[in-house]
Amino acid sequence: MDTSAALKPENQSNRPRTQSTLEAVGITKDFASLRANDNIDFVIRKGEIHALLGENGAGKSTLVKILYGALQPTSGEIRWKREPVLIGSPGDARRLGIGMVFQHFSLFDALTVAENISLALEDLLPMAALQTKIKDVSAEYGLPLNPASVIADLSVGERQRVEIVRCLLQEPELIIMDEPTSVLTPQEAEDLFITLKRLAAEGVSVLYISHRLEEVRTICHHATILRHGKVVAECDPQQESAARLASLMVGAEIRELNASPMAEESAAIGLSIRDLSMPKPSPFAVDLHDISLDVRAGEIVGIAGIAGNGQDEIFAALSGERLASNPGSVVFNDKASGHLNVTARRESGVAFVPEERLGHGAVPGLSLSSNITLTRHSTGDRLVRAGVIFSGVAKMLGIRVSETFDVRKGGPDPEASALSGGNLQKFVVGREIDRKPNVLVVSQPTWGVDAGAATTIRQALVDLARSGSAVLMISQDLDEILEISDRVAVISKGHLSEPRAAGDVTREDIGLLMGGAGEDGEGEALAH
Amino acid sequence: MAFLSPVVAIGLTVAVGFVIFMVIGIDPLRGLYVYFIEPLTQVWSLQELLVKAAPIVLIAVGLSLCYLANNWNIGAEGQFTFGAIAGSALPILAPEFQNFATLPLMLIMGIAGGMVFAAIPALLKIRFGTNEILTSLMLVYVSLSLLDWMVRGPWRDPKGYGFPGSLEFSDAATMPILVEGSRMHLGLLLAVIVVLAGWFLLGRTITGFKISVLGQAPRAGAFAGFSRNRVILITFLISGGLAGLAGIGEVAGPIGKLDVVISPGYGFTAIIVAFLGRLNPLAILVAGFVLALTYIGGENAQIVLGLPAEIARVFQGMLLFFVLACDTFILYRVRFVRPRKLQTARVVDGHG
Amino acid sequence: MGTVEAIILTIVTASTPLLLAALGELVVERSGVINLGVEGMMIMGAVCGFGATFLTGSPIIGVIAAIGGGMAMAALFGLVTLLFVANQVATGLALTLLGLGLSGLIGDPFAGVAGIKIQPIDIPILTDLPFIGPIIFGHDPLVYLAVALTVAVSWFLFRSRGGLILRAVGDNHTSAHALGYSVMRVRFLAVLFGGGCAGLGGGYLSLVYTTQWLENMTAGRGWIALALVVFATWLPARLAIGALLFGAVGILQLHAQALGVSVPSQLLTSLPYLTTIVVLVLISGNRTLMRSNTPACLGQSFVPDR
Repeated sequence: MDTSAALKPENQSNRPRTQSTLEAVGITKDFASLRANDNIDFVIRKGEIHALLGENGAGKSTLVKILYGALQPTSGEIRWKREPVLIGSPGDARRLGIGMVFQHFSLFDALTVAENISLALEDLLPMAALQTKIKDVSAEYGLPLNPASVIADLSVGERQRVEIVRCLLQEPELIIMDEPTSVLTPQEAEDLFITLKRLAAEGVSVLYISHRLEEVRTICHHATILRHGKVVAECDPQQESAARLASLMVGAEIRELNASPMAEESAAIGLSIRDLSMPKPSPFAVDLHDISLDVRAGEIVGIAGIAGNGQDEIFAALSGERLASNPGSVVFNDKASGHLNVTARRESGVAFVPEERLGHGAVPGLSLSSNITLTRHSTGDRLVRAGVIFSGVAKMLGIRVSETFDVRKGGPDPEASALSGGNLQKFVVGREIDRKPNVLVVSQPTWGVDAGAATTIRQALVDLARSGSAVLMISQDLDEILEISDRVAVISKGHLSEPRAAGDVTREDIGLLMGGAGEDGEGEALAH
Repeated sequence: MAFLSPVVAIGLTVAVGFVIFMVIGIDPLRGLYVYFIEPLTQVWSLQELLVKAAPIVLIAVGLSLCYLANNWNIGAEGQFTFGAIAGSALPILAPEFQNFATLPLMLIMGIAGGMVFAAIPALLKIRFGTNEILTSLMLVYVSLSLLDWMVRGPWRDPKGYGFPGSLEFSDAATMPILVEGSRMHLGLLLAVIVVLAGWFLLGRTITGFKISVLGQAPRAGAFAGFSRNRVILITFLISGGLAGLAGIGEVAGPIGKLDVVISPGYGFTAIIVAFLGRLNPLAILVAGFVLALTYIGGENAQIVLGLPAEIARVFQGMLLFFVLACDTFILYRVRFVRPRKLQTARVVDGHG
Repeated sequence: MGTVEAIILTIVTASTPLLLAALGELVVERSGVINLGVEGMMIMGAVCGFGATFLTGSPIIGVIAAIGGGMAMAALFGLVTLLFVANQVATGLALTLLGLGLSGLIGDPFAGVAGIKIQPIDIPILTDLPFIGPIIFGHDPLVYLAVALTVAVSWFLFRSRGGLILRAVGDNHTSAHALGYSVMRVRFLAVLFGGGCAGLGGGYLSLVYTTQWLENMTAGRGWIALALVVFATWLPARLAIGALLFGAVGILQLHAQALGVSVPSQLLTSLPYLTTIVVLVLISGNRTLMRSNTPACLGQSFVPDR
């Protein structure tokens, strides 16, 4: 592990030389089988914009929940201005002077800005006075708001302003911001940075959680990097390259890459995505921009990325749950399919495994055999004839899938909700692979699954590809991507990078791409 | 386990009935006997029970399909009425048309009428997202007004001495009786057939599967390629058609003509039956008998004990209440949750 | 008093029970709960009000009993839907059935008995003014109470903190809970208020509108009140106007004969319901209008995670 990015000498860093506002000392948090935070020490200084970096699952959100009172640490201490404190609830945190701006806002759509803010405040101001205060504070910080606007009419960027102003009105000394720019346009993000710098100059500290490395390098004074629940490095982001930050985040270990032969250039293209663009279906979703990708028969292409960058949207566009305006933007086996619904796509030999197994990939309250029927009612298994379901066929398929994919279950045909995560996932994946599809699109194949089941599933994917199918795998697990993909692309804010052979790409490269390099033509060239 | 809650609910209803009789001043055991047991001891009242149960079961099977798919059709009473009106058009407008085809045609028109009426809230929900509870409910009153107008106006029996009501239907336009000397008519047979058909549809067909899946997990339903709009339409049409069939069945059966009042609230009672039967067609058959018993028992209590007719509704209302409460109580433990308070005082204030 | 004044007076009398019941339901729905049991609560109010007045001779006690009767039914509803988290639609229907049945039982001894009417007020000079006198100053006290209640509910919802919290709960109960507000308590209080208003509306029927007790005397007014709330897009001011309209339509068939108009009375009876459907379609098709006024959580049960 490269530790040369440790603290630079004080007189060269941009870090304010002030007192500490908040210190985390030895914070550890255990959940049943998982140590989410492992002996974390870090310090946030007064007037500092402090970045908290790390991949999904690194322990950032757990740490943040502890800081604002939603969780209690298993051991360790928090110090506020050098004194130990106990933050037992969000109310305690607020009272200390810690404000939190969430990634997903908790606002009331039908109410006005002033009403929303009033509901969150403990001191009751008469509405007229509050409205004046809102106008003043919001204008002062460059986040102008009309107190009488109804939230439903505001853009996402404006809604975030409400969340921030709500925070500011309580005169915090530390503001925690969780992925604040994920919903902002570049211009809105610029405005936000001006506000944050202003706050810092006034002595307010900001804990800035993000994976967008360029932004962190632009405005943060200091960064703490988490990996697997531990602090692995601290640095001055303005002195480091994005590549260095990326490698710290994702680790720079050399991995044993999958040496199997890749698909021949002449192999048929199973799935071709051509300039797929789609507007987002809801305010917190992501637009897709000109996505293009070919997946050949016999290969596994992995799409890596941090959650919330368009993975759900791509999956829905490929599965047919959302139809594309241009039929030619999604092509399965040389057949334009963008306008076809799910069933039609399945009928042409394509299979899908969504991210969520309960509620999306399977119905929790139905039996396994019924869940077989869920996706295979029209796929040539003669499950449904003249409108009648032949449950014997479904059961037989269910047994075959369970045996082939080692699904451990209580009885012969239990409800889906009775299976453990790993076993249900094996079932859901197996259900599709059992069809011998010529194209398989799978999202998060081993999320929340025990190691044994994960291995079974990954091996099944590899076997499927080697038998001639085209496999597209969307995953947030970088280890998994590098282990079994033949080629890798990265999705970030709805843009897909050029796919590269897995053997040619390093974790740093991927980390950089995840962090937004290469969007809009800006960003550093990939370092090798 | 799943049938524990209806049984408990019935038990609780009887228990509260016991108390009510006591409060009114009637010997509670006698009251319960007259209400629940006596009707089961005599042939004619048993037959009446079946006659009452038939339309309720017909409607309830249709409703169970709707509710399983989360479509809250509350307007069955209206679909019943409109079906009755539609089916009665033939014997009223063409009374000379009397042959083997008369009744089947009436039944078909009744079903169609119910379907058309149910299509309105369905299409409004699909196209505009309008709340189907209110639209289907409003239509109930529209249909009742329509019925009132027709039997007092255009369709009034000219030979009826000025009283409201249509002419009496001919034999060809009346439901055939199954057992000599009783009022048990074809409707009973239809009800049993519909129950079996409903059970088959839900358990064995792809349509029934779509209904179950979309009701339980809409996202999985979309993933399966099932169309939410199509299921809305199908469930409303089926339940409307069945309610319409029940309507024409009553009018062409026990009532014998189109009258001002053709239903003691069957469309609403059917809702209770659907819940009591836990949306399962076979259980609905049994639940239908239980509710029919509350009607007959109520009539019996009126005659024998001098109680007002409303006693039936008390038992019916209580039954539904208890079913609903027991369901949650037995399936999910009651949860008392305090909100995270705005004020908690455990902070050691630090001084910087 | 001329015909026109008489007609206006009867319109007000017909509208008042609708307004009262609908106001209560409006508050309930603003908190996110739909209570289809308005008809049952109204009829219980009617029978309790009539019975109490008859037994005690005091209309004031009758009014209190009417409110109490409605509230008692509402409490039952609240218990089952909020604590037991049962389906609101089905529970509301059960409430209606139970109310209709219970009231028939309770009211049996009072059938056919002559009741005590609440008299209209008589202010010395004002009531005697031509035309506007009786119309503005000549109603019974409950009418003025209904008007005052409309203003009070409007003020409460849009100018008080309690009303703000109530609207927040109806808009997003998850966020409200996260901020520390007790969703269950707010909704239960709203439900009780709704029951009291419905009971009062029912009491109006048996103490002013007709001074006797008849089974099913509410005749579907509870359902009309439900329709009214949607018609008024959950705004009290529009509710008052809607109540007048619906009340007018309700008794129009009587006056149609007096005015020499011959339209089938049943068409007039069905007008409120048809109008509601049209309004429902219009506002649900219009996303902005829907979003800005429909309580977003209407009908959804709230089960907080630990």
